[in-house]
Amino acid sequence: MTLSNVVDVTHGVVAYGDRPVLRDVSLCVAAGEVVAILGANGSGKSTLIRAILGLIPLRSGEISLFGTPQRRFRQWHRIGYVPQRVGAGSGVPATVREVVASGRLARRGVLRLPGAADRAAVSAALDAVGLADRANDPVSTLSGGQQQRTLIARALAGGPELLVLDEPTAGVDAASQEAFAEALRGFVAAGGTALLVAHELGPLQPLVGRAVVVHDGQIAHDGACPPPAGHHALPGHDHVHPHEHPAPHGVFQS
Amino acid sequence: MSMFQYDFMIRALIGALVIGLSAPALGIYLVQRRMSLIGDGIGHVALTGVGVGLLLDRSPVLTAVIVAIIGAVAIELLRERGRTSGDQALALLFYGGIAGGVMLVGLSSNRSNANLMAYLFGSLTTTSRDDLIVIVVLGAAVLAAMLLLRPALFAICHDEEYARVSGLPVRTLNVLIAVTAAVTVTIAMRTVGLLLVSALMVVPVAAAQQVTRGFRGTMTLAMAIGVLSAGTGVWLAGEANTAAGATIVVLAIGGFVAIAIGAATWRLLRRRVQAFPQTADVEPPDVVLER
Repeated sequence: MTLSNVVDVTHGVVAYGDRPVLRDVSLCVAAGEVVAILGANGSGKSTLIRAILGLIPLRSGEISLFGTPQRRFRQWHRIGYVPQRVGAGSGVPATVREVVASGRLARRGVLRLPGAADRAAVSAALDAVGLADRANDPVSTLSGGQQQRTLIARALAGGPELLVLDEPTAGVDAASQEAFAEALRGFVAAGGTALLVAHELGPLQPLVGRAVVVHDGQIAHDGACPPPAGHHALPGHDHVHPHEHPAPHGVFQS
Repeated sequence: MSMFQYDFMIRALIGALVIGLSAPALGIYLVQRRMSLIGDGIGHVALTGVGVGLLLDRSPVLTAVIVAIIGAVAIELLRERGRTSGDQALALLFYGGIAGGVMLVGLSSNRSNANLMAYLFGSLTTTSRDDLIVIVVLGAAVLAAMLLLRPALFAICHDEEYARVSGLPVRTLNVLIAVTAAVTVTIAMRTVGLLLVSALMVVPVAAAQQVTRGFRGTMTLAMAIGVLSAGTGVWLAGEANTAAGATIVVLAIGGFVAIAIGAATWRLLRRRVQAFPQTADVEPPDVVLER
């Protein structure tokens, strides 16, 4: 296995119809990095992460995930996706625990029934975002910030190596922002990689190692991208980062 | 209970119970997706299948299953592409299906209004022994798929994009839901009728979710309401000599209203119980106005 970046976008182009949204974007994220994608509304920053996740097709260019071209990538359990808000299809009530349990499917597969390991991972993820006491409440009764934390717990429950977050702090109350920053800190301290789209960083600021600014479909600013063979990519590299809070037990190990 | 001495009543009862259990188990996914009316659309399309069967002198149940599956998969693919407005696609399907069905039934040698009515609104006496075997086998298959795949189907109906990023076979599972909906519609047509089958998918779920907190709880209660109204409905229909499908649906809607009233009363009582001690014990707070 060759050493590779977690995310590699080379000359990516995305267009909706005739309107180009991303023109020739290249971005790489190495293991252990926390990268924030910043930009104004309509700059294409959300489109960029949706293309990385395979939700929007590229017009041209290449994307690879963990060194595998996206078309052939099957290890989706290595990626935890946190969308902007709870999905629209929620005509039937669902408890917080039921939503978080969906996060285990990528790891478990469709046909196997949930076991003790799944239940433990769901409980640990709920603990990590501070929602253990709301586990059996309907998601619809939670505040916006708590719903956001539910989605983060869902992503964490699968034990991912890469978290992709779409505006995790938009319209979220201060307490939830703190709880979220805490969960992300634990995730990163355990060696996780994070790619997040943000409007403003708020309490996440100290965590973010690199900022990429998207403007008008192009990358206007990018901190230095470490070469793939950097010390983070070495197989035996032990990710020890000087963070003050250790990861809660059992959640972030993959 | 003397009417259950007739074999056809027993058959009708078993058929109704199977449908009462499996229709809400499938319907909950449709409701969660806010596509409650899709079952009705498939029912209309299935009528064309019945017409084809009568015209070709084949089993109408078989042709209805085939035509309904084609229709349901077509709807699903249209929905996935998001090109056609869902609203207009449904309208085309509803009216195309029912018009085609009525025309084809009219062309067949077997035409009679009674025959058409039996498929549209169900009839107790039409469930043959062979029909019952088909209903039980297919009903069990629908039920098993909906229960065993619940985590994956829940994830897809709750947040399709997330399910896609989880690597779930989203399209396969969506087509599975469409095919199961078509199968459920067709097995229910003998007892409940094509125009009312969708009610058994939706009404029990709507009734249950007024008092439940989670998805699994809603599914369990909806299936209980479905089975209860199906069983009681067949019995009542036999006693009062009414159409079974209509009786079952009226009972399910009665259940919805009863639960709505019960839940509202419970909330009112609880609020009053909570409110009383508070108003009694409240003391004026010490307010110090700073000057």
